[in-house]
Amino acid sequence: MIGYILNRTLAALVVVFGVSSLVFFMLHLLPGDAVTIMLSEFGASAREEAELRDQLGLNDPMLVQYGRFLANAVQGDFGNSLFSRRPVLPQIFEQLPKTIELALAATIVGVLFGAIFGITAAVMRNTWWDSISMIVSLLALSMPNFWLGLIFIFVFSLNLGWFPVQGSDTLWHVVLPAFALGLSFAGLLARLFRSAMLEVLGQDYVRTARAKGVAERSVINRHALKNALIPVVTVVGINFGFLLGGSVIIEIVFARQGIGNVIIKAIFAHDFYLVQGGIIVTAALFVLVNLIVDLTYGVLDPRITYT
Amino acid sequence: MADVATTSGDAKAANGAYRTRFQMFWREFRRNRGALVGTTMFAILIAMVVFAPFITRYDPIEPNFSARFESPSAEHWFGTDRNGRDIFTRVIYGGRISLQVGVIAVAIGALLGTFLGLVSGFYGGWVDNVLMRFMDFVLAMPGILLAITIVFALGPSLTNVMIAVGFASMPQYARVVRASVLSAKQLPYVEAARANGAGDLAVMGKHILPNVFAPVLVLATLGLGSAVLSVAALSFLGLGAAPPTPEWGLLISDGRGVLRRSWWVATFPGLAIMVTVLAVNLIGDGLRDALDPRLRGQV
Repeated sequence: MIGYILNRTLAALVVVFGVSSLVFFMLHLLPGDAVTIMLSEFGASAREEAELRDQLGLNDPMLVQYGRFLANAVQGDFGNSLFSRRPVLPQIFEQLPKTIELALAATIVGVLFGAIFGITAAVMRNTWWDSISMIVSLLALSMPNFWLGLIFIFVFSLNLGWFPVQGSDTLWHVVLPAFALGLSFAGLLARLFRSAMLEVLGQDYVRTARAKGVAERSVINRHALKNALIPVVTVVGINFGFLLGGSVIIEIVFARQGIGNVIIKAIFAHDFYLVQGGIIVTAALFVLVNLIVDLTYGVLDPRITYT
Repeated sequence: MADVATTSGDAKAANGAYRTRFQMFWREFRRNRGALVGTTMFAILIAMVVFAPFITRYDPIEPNFSARFESPSAEHWFGTDRNGRDIFTRVIYGGRISLQVGVIAVAIGALLGTFLGLVSGFYGGWVDNVLMRFMDFVLAMPGILLAITIVFALGPSLTNVMIAVGFASMPQYARVVRASVLSAKQLPYVEAARANGAGDLAVMGKHILPNVFAPVLVLATLGLGSAVLSVAALSFLGLGAAPPTPEWGLLISDGRGVLRRSWWVATFPGLAIMVTVLAVNLIGDGLRDALDPRLRGQV
């Protein structure tokens, strides 16, 4: 068990290293290096550009730059923001809780609605409710989340006045963004819950339970649901990472604090190191969530052995 | 001569098999009501986009300041924007751009992914190891974040958005193609082709590639919906199309600032995206079930 955990953690660290390298090389090898991106708006002279390039060590060979980047990164140093002059990492960590709060709230919305629609659709297979549930979930999957966010603002904030239009101060502020982000996830989960439940409901042990005279509610809750949850948990875990990515746009729509907001603002301010650090931290978080899912998987399914 | 006869006989047989396979596919696809609805919706959408100049008499770009912020009416079905431009017209012309960009992004991802998956699965060994670890790293980043990184490095533009969205979707194709290649290269006819002296390129192109067609087609169809959504999201963020281009994401962004006074500016382009993605997803589901039901749950 400990060996397995160590193994998976090591693999996750390799992925974080790989992703960081990928981001580094993408930002350094693609046309437009840090200086070009930073100075694109200010019309700096060639001398100033050369000076800045020298100051940032961009005249060194790429491998030297990469080595320096790695050496600094393992010490948590991703450089300083060009505008606030503060180290990048603390700035990102300050915003992290708000992004996690949104991603968690969206996951809850997704799981709740996905489970309600998916499970009831499976239990009432081939009825009008099944059809409606699947149509609604497909619609939810097809909607752009940023657009849905705007519609929510128009209906629930501007017209009904039930929720604040923007900000991230209270829990009340997270409701609309969580629904905007989580509903398409609910659509995906509803389809998954339905097919997982249908598969489980066709198993011998469910038939046996019914033959024994176990009440239908108990068959669903105690026998079927527990097993149908297994594939769902993996998808929830993987999608938590995607919700982290999706929160980039939702944070902009609702003017919420969070990593997404920092990254997008940094992009428009050409704050190179803040963008690089923000992207790497989000990707690392994504890998961490997948690792946690991987490790807790066995708790749900005792058939999985750690070797 | 005998050779020619055999070849032509083979071709006929193959042709017959192809027809039968197509007929089987069509029978399955037709049975799926959702897929038929999706195909009809998509056909109408394409017709509207292609025949846009015959459907609307307004210009999608030229301002008409005498008709600013008009609400939906018989004259302007979807209302007008801050420059008095007809939203319905901009949505239809926007379809040309959004669909085109989506299709090109999918093509980039599918071609690149298929090529790398093919090479990876076919050669195995260190080539496979290096390529697949690279795919793991790309997959370890949420797609939209990866696309944002690439657009940041290349500079905001619709062309760069296409490249970014295409690149971000590449690993999915590479993985599916690699898996298909791994099973296909064990098949007796591939070994027979090799024994006959066929080179790597011939074996890959003529014997293995046809096997990966079905999963790639299914992935690409379902991927078109995600590509349209991602392209719109990046344009909404200001990283893609530039004003006054009638791109759907940009149209929604235009409507964001005037949401309170003119809800229609943002609403209709969003509905257009939703209908398009829905149609594509329905077709993709139908294709998956008809072509390769084993893919259910994978794509």
